[in-house]
Amino acid sequence: MLEVFIFATLNGLVTGLLLFMLASGLTLIFSMMGVLNFAHASFYMLGAYFAYSISSYLGFWTGLLVAPVVAGFCGALVERYGLRHVHKHGHVAELVFTFGLAFLIEEIVQFLWGRDTKNYQQPELLDFPLFTLFGQEFSAYRGFMIFISVAIFIGLYYTLTRSRIGIIIQAAITHPHTVANLGHNVPLIFMGVFGVGSALAGVAGVIAGPVLTTFPGMAIVLGSIVFVIVVIGGLGSLAGAFVASLLIGLLQSYAIASDVGMPDLLDLIGVSFERSHPLNDLWTLTLPQIAPILPFLLLVLVLIFRPTGLLGKREE
Amino acid sequence: MLTRLIPWIGFTAALLILPLLFDSILAISVLNQMAIAIVFALAYNMLLGQGGMLSFGHAVYFGLGGFMAVHALIMIEYETVYFSVTLIPLVGGLFGLLAAIFIGSFSTRKAGTVFAMISLGIGELIAASSLIFVDFFGGEAGVSGDRTFGPLFFGVDFAQNVEVYYLAAFWVLVATLFMYLFTQTPAGRMANAVRDNPERAEFIGYSARRVRFISFCASGLFAGIAGGLFAMNYEFLTEENLNAATSGRVLLMAYIGGLGYFIGPIVGAVVLTLMNSLLSNYTELWMLYLGIMFVLTVMFLPRGFAGFIMMHQMAWYHGKLRSLFIPYLITGLPALIAVLGVVALIELAHTQEELLHFLGIPLSPSSAISWVVVITVTAVAVNATRRSLGQLKKAWEFANEAAMGTRE
Repeated sequence: MLEVFIFATLNGLVTGLLLFMLASGLTLIFSMMGVLNFAHASFYMLGAYFAYSISSYLGFWTGLLVAPVVAGFCGALVERYGLRHVHKHGHVAELVFTFGLAFLIEEIVQFLWGRDTKNYQQPELLDFPLFTLFGQEFSAYRGFMIFISVAIFIGLYYTLTRSRIGIIIQAAITHPHTVANLGHNVPLIFMGVFGVGSALAGVAGVIAGPVLTTFPGMAIVLGSIVFVIVVIGGLGSLAGAFVASLLIGLLQSYAIASDVGMPDLLDLIGVSFERSHPLNDLWTLTLPQIAPILPFLLLVLVLIFRPTGLLGKREE
Repeated sequence: MLTRLIPWIGFTAALLILPLLFDSILAISVLNQMAIAIVFALAYNMLLGQGGMLSFGHAVYFGLGGFMAVHALIMIEYETVYFSVTLIPLVGGLFGLLAAIFIGSFSTRKAGTVFAMISLGIGELIAASSLIFVDFFGGEAGVSGDRTFGPLFFGVDFAQNVEVYYLAAFWVLVATLFMYLFTQTPAGRMANAVRDNPERAEFIGYSARRVRFISFCASGLFAGIAGGLFAMNYEFLTEENLNAATSGRVLLMAYIGGLGYFIGPIVGAVVLTLMNSLLSNYTELWMLYLGIMFVLTVMFLPRGFAGFIMMHQMAWYHGKLRSLFIPYLITGLPALIAVLGVVALIELAHTQEELLHFLGIPLSPSSAISWVVVITVTAVAVNATRRSLGQLKKAWEFANEAAMGTRE
């Protein structure tokens, strides 16, 4: 029981930190532009595909350095030539634009790389068990994922709160006109934040690609979950996004590892149903079965009972 | 009065005549798809265009209505119930309405991002649950029925697709009429008011939440009717019919057609269904073209195709539309060649075959001449289009300026 718990916690931590890498960029972009970027996970996918192509020629480590830069550059281009243009048509147009972009990027990826799953491998350097606990191995690559995520989190935190550029960004979020009057190029800051957010998503893609497989549907799989996190954490709250990422990561991991379900609950309250009961599917439901829908259940509940999210202050 | 009836007479006539003009099996099946898409897109626009609620999960009501309709077909087959299959779309509609009443009771509290996120969450939730609750949704295989049972409707048993088409046409007409009438009711007008300024609507005594709820329920009803039509046409439904992809497609239709106009979603549904079924015969990359078209539409035609047509209203009203014809031709021709050139480039880059016939022109991806020719033609056409924009702008200003001049 303890070993299951420990490994579920570790896996949940890996997933949660990975999700935070996406969620942090999305939150930053939302606080700046007030638009939820549907295409955010598409840059995660682009990161993985760029890294796959680069790593097949120059190795994994070059990919890790170059692919996020390329993904971030794509993001900056999208902001400069797409989103800025759509901005004048209003919020719905922006949201619909990013939605269309997500659709388009998936098609472009299929056009360039094909529909099949890519054989994107983790580096041999990290292909050893980091430690063995209760006879189960924890791979070094997962440890590396945790390390990178934490490093990025700390780096992001210090840049935003301690550096000069971070303070300008924070000021531009709340008072863009004042910042512009002080002589800063606010549109450039917007483009930069969008680019850096996309690059962060790209990093997530580079390191998640080998573990979660690199295929054209990978953006959709993670995209809606990242959305859920940003909303649950509270739109625009970086700390909220962090809490929600870990919460969702751990929740899913525990649900998958557990072996309880409705039958146990029914036993507990002493009720039983025939197999032919019309709601038989409901009475035999188990927790691992509903693990994929737990984030969405949580999303709906949070939105009903606390529409601002866990740590959000923003009112509509 | 008569001028208000003319569009409806034209619409009815088109619905009746189309299957006579295009009577192949393929054409009829495309027409059936169109009928379903029109009702669904119009229902979606009640929400987004008229009510200002952006939904990323409207396929839920379409799908739930459709699943219930298939179950009704099964019940008719096993004689649990006894009614004509012509009423199947209504079964779908009522179930869609029920689902909308339940979900709308908490999701319409706020508009904007909160509503959009709840709709996304509910959509994912229902789509995922449909794979868990196998009894109702049939798991990955889906559920299927047979529309030929039950009492005959004036001797028609709906074994033929054409018969289904006329039934669908009837429901399209009824649904479109009622959706149009809804926009004229106080509830429909208030939906517009709440969309534009919920605060002001609250101040004059309307509950924005209730107004949104009413629109939401009506939209769920008509989405369910579309689902019922789907069930009649295909006789089976799967998880695919209520997942995010279907929700995304209906958003695309309504947006490309034009949200601000009642006929917008109809235009979008027709164009997208045609693209879907015709383009997919010629190229496997049609989804890529669709994505490019969608993004370009959002960027350059924020009011959609219908909005583009309506832009000419002023010039037309003052008889200046003809002066635009030649300038449009001068810009349109090189633009068309440029688009075809880009498509040819994409196809050349994609094809696995040695020889490719593009509009009858043989092109080969391995020959340098093909590439040089296509790139040159495209570059020249793009340049010509850019140069011709100036004269089009002038002509446009002339047409609208002159119109304003006569008005004074």
